[in-house]
Amino acid sequence: MNKPIRRLSLFALALFGVLLLNVTWIQAVQAEWLQDHEFNRRDTAERLTTPRGPIQVGNEQIASSSLVEESGQYQRAYPEGEVYAHPVGVFNPMGNFGIESTENTYLDGSHSSLLVRNFLDMLTGTPAQGATVVLTLDPAAQQAALEGLKANATNGRAAAVAVDPSTGAVLAAASIPTYDPNEVADLSDTTASVENWNALAADENQPLLNRAFNERYPPGSTFKIVTAAAALEAGNTIESTIAAPESIPLGGSSLPNAFGGPCNGGAPDSIAHSIEISCNTSMANWAIELGDQAMHDQATAFGFNSGPMDIPVPVTESLAPLEPDNNIRAQTGIGQGNLEATPLQMAMVAAGVANGGTVMQPYLVQEILGPDMSELDSTSPEVFSEAVSSDTAEQLTQAMIQVTEGDEGSGLTGAIPGMQVAGKTGTAETGDGDTHNWFISFAPADDPQVAVAVVIERGNQSGGTLAAPVAKAIMEAVINE
Amino acid sequence: MSEALSTALPPVKRRNAELIMLLLAIAITLFAMIEAGLTRNDEMPAQLFLFGGLFGGLALLAHVFIRFFAPYADPLLLPLATLLNGLGIAMLWRLFEATGDTTNGSAQDQLILTAASMVGFAGIVFFLKEPRVLQRYPYIMALGAVILLLLPLIPGLGMTINGARQWVNLGVTSLQPSEFAKIALVTFLAGYMVTKRDVLSLVSKPVKIGPIKVLELPRMRDMAPMAVMWGFCIIVLVILMNDLGTSLLLFSTFLAMIYVATQRSSWIILGLSAFFGACTLLYPFVPHFRTRVVTWLDAFSPEVFCTDEIIANSTDAFCVTAGQNSQQLVQGLFALGEGGILGAGLGGGKPGHVPEVQNDFIFTAFGEELGLTGVMVMLMALALLAQRGMRIALASRELFIKMFASGISFLIAFQSFVVIGGVTRVIPMTGATIPFVAKGGSALLSSWIMLALLVRMSNNARKPAPVAIQDEGATQVITR
Repeated sequence: MNKPIRRLSLFALALFGVLLLNVTWIQAVQAEWLQDHEFNRRDTAERLTTPRGPIQVGNEQIASSSLVEESGQYQRAYPEGEVYAHPVGVFNPMGNFGIESTENTYLDGSHSSLLVRNFLDMLTGTPAQGATVVLTLDPAAQQAALEGLKANATNGRAAAVAVDPSTGAVLAAASIPTYDPNEVADLSDTTASVENWNALAADENQPLLNRAFNERYPPGSTFKIVTAAAALEAGNTIESTIAAPESIPLGGSSLPNAFGGPCNGGAPDSIAHSIEISCNTSMANWAIELGDQAMHDQATAFGFNSGPMDIPVPVTESLAPLEPDNNIRAQTGIGQGNLEATPLQMAMVAAGVANGGTVMQPYLVQEILGPDMSELDSTSPEVFSEAVSSDTAEQLTQAMIQVTEGDEGSGLTGAIPGMQVAGKTGTAETGDGDTHNWFISFAPADDPQVAVAVVIERGNQSGGTLAAPVAKAIMEAVINE
Repeated sequence: MSEALSTALPPVKRRNAELIMLLLAIAITLFAMIEAGLTRNDEMPAQLFLFGGLFGGLALLAHVFIRFFAPYADPLLLPLATLLNGLGIAMLWRLFEATGDTTNGSAQDQLILTAASMVGFAGIVFFLKEPRVLQRYPYIMALGAVILLLLPLIPGLGMTINGARQWVNLGVTSLQPSEFAKIALVTFLAGYMVTKRDVLSLVSKPVKIGPIKVLELPRMRDMAPMAVMWGFCIIVLVILMNDLGTSLLLFSTFLAMIYVATQRSSWIILGLSAFFGACTLLYPFVPHFRTRVVTWLDAFSPEVFCTDEIIANSTDAFCVTAGQNSQQLVQGLFALGEGGILGAGLGGGKPGHVPEVQNDFIFTAFGEELGLTGVMVMLMALALLAQRGMRIALASRELFIKMFASGISFLIAFQSFVVIGGVTRVIPMTGATIPFVAKGGSALLSSWIMLALLVRMSNNARKPAPVAIQDEGATQVITR
């Protein structure tokens, strides 16, 4: 009976052959797919036991990790609590968010620029370390933004952004309601962290949403700067006039001025004066006169319609579509219609004017430092676009100064004593009776160091009342350093 | 006669070769523990000398024992078993002692059970000088197998662990009688088929389609043993005990042995059709059986895996009942994927992600930490063990021993296939133990009993023919 025994042993060998082929397939070919599979939470658990580099603002660590001996996990701590929750985000058992997500490879040390160093560490037995991420944020400005928003947001929803006009560095980015990252990152009580996180995610006021970058509002009258820019770029001057009656007819309805009455006693009004008092009818007429392509192109030059940005946290695209219909384009001229802008976008408009017409690419990460504090990477300022000529920018600046200083200025509350501030108010209609209250500005007007955009969601007052004081506080915080 | 000559093994002892390989196997075990200790805790295992002394000492004692009582035994058998057993102990030490959590088991328990199993091994090698004596009691063996298999069904005695009712509670300890039943069954089948071989292999009824003979079927009355075996595997093991692994293992072994005895493929075709036919028919009615198949085929679908979202939004029985989803299987595959080709090194992985990793899924812990390279070594060791067993069957002269050795070898091979194939998604998961590696006393003891039988049979197959020791060994023949 040797023949069947031989066959049986061949069969037994074949069984092992199948197993060998199968494990080879799984471990050599399929391994990468398995490692990246969405059900695979091995990394999620592993990342909590990996040392993680800090996030710094100036010389201050606003996020750092320390080893918990019992669990072997690294607890992430945010000493400033809610102040930097937007945009820094959080690193917790649920995942990585904000800067903690976009700069994760630097923070956890897996970035290719850290590979050699980590390999050397492994050889010498030194524990691997993550890199330090230094942000562009200005602690005083960020603090002022958050406090200002909290004091002025009548229903608790608002956002503010400040950028350095000459570089694009984001100096402040605040959004309320906000949250304390420490409450959703506590590894010693994961259940509570998860519950808190779920509660935040379910909150109708969306505390996890970074309104400064990821919420779009109608920009209202702050957009008149873009309309005026289009007019100036088309060959007009700041003193060029256009009809500015009490209201202009739009199809079946009409578009009135917010204050009632004409803008210049019934006579055509200049662009400068229209900006100072925030005249609707003249700006609507300019939009009609300039045409859909000019309006669209000017908005695009400031950053609208340019797709989402990564700075490196994602920024939602702002929209200013082509409006061939005069009636809708008239609305666009005063920041209504189909316009949708993020607070960062409106800060870019102010910054573009402040920087002689050149819009700089916004960025949030100043530099990446290795564990030995050597520079691994840094962001150098880049031009986003040449939105307007320096002449146009200068004329707009002069008009915007009148907003905070002029006899009829609509944003006097944004003025800073001893310094010229260029600003523009906005009161954007939501369509359901509520208004969002805006203020965009930069200062000092002759040597801009900071450009700001503030929006108070459904504040239902004027931009000058609610938003301008916040902008003022942020600008002061930057300039007074 | 010419066939016997061509397959006979030369009467060489090769005991020193065995000793060197055995020392290697012991060294691998201890180095594995040291690696796990250094990687996980930055220190040498505190119990290294206990493990080294006891495990290494016992293995060396077994070697000395073989030197004296079975000097012609195959020199590969003991080192291979020691390697597998040692790797199992090292992995359990890494899973339990090295992590400081011994609530689910410990390597120390495994070490003690290994010691006990080696004593059993020595006992069988010593007392069972001629395994052919087992041929005399086929029906006692059959009865023993049936009783062992049925023991867990007795209320108050049987225990259900992880869904399968295959345990017997003895108060101080629990026992898995099916581990021993399979050896008894192979003994019975070997004895039975040697006597019934002619009738099973020669008498047949041709099945024709037109003028062409497609198959030669056995007579109905000769099919009785197969019918009994089939009924037992399906009704008792699958339906009553939810022990799919044992059922598959026993029935396959039965088919393998009847094939060896008769050399007729019609038995295999008949048997497989009957077995899989029954499985297909039972599929809609046996829920746990269905679960195994679904988790095998659709392991990666969110509904079967039971993601957090699915659990939150569904009342589906699959996700509500623990252990009814594919999480264990998929986590096991993730562990293998994580290990890749070279593995994370012992102590460097995270085998704890796989639920119940210390049981059937211990293979995935090897895959994660020793990589493809490591599991290939393990698979080769198991394959080699089975192949050496088959070689013993070829070299033996008696029919009963041929049947017995090939049956046990097939048991080792197929059992490895059932459990490793199950955790690597070649076949549905059925629950079985990797010979020598798995945690648990019953599995270890039965593995070492099988090894003892192979050692004894190989010694007898390889030792010089009686004529060479005529002047002093003549009386030995009479003792039977």
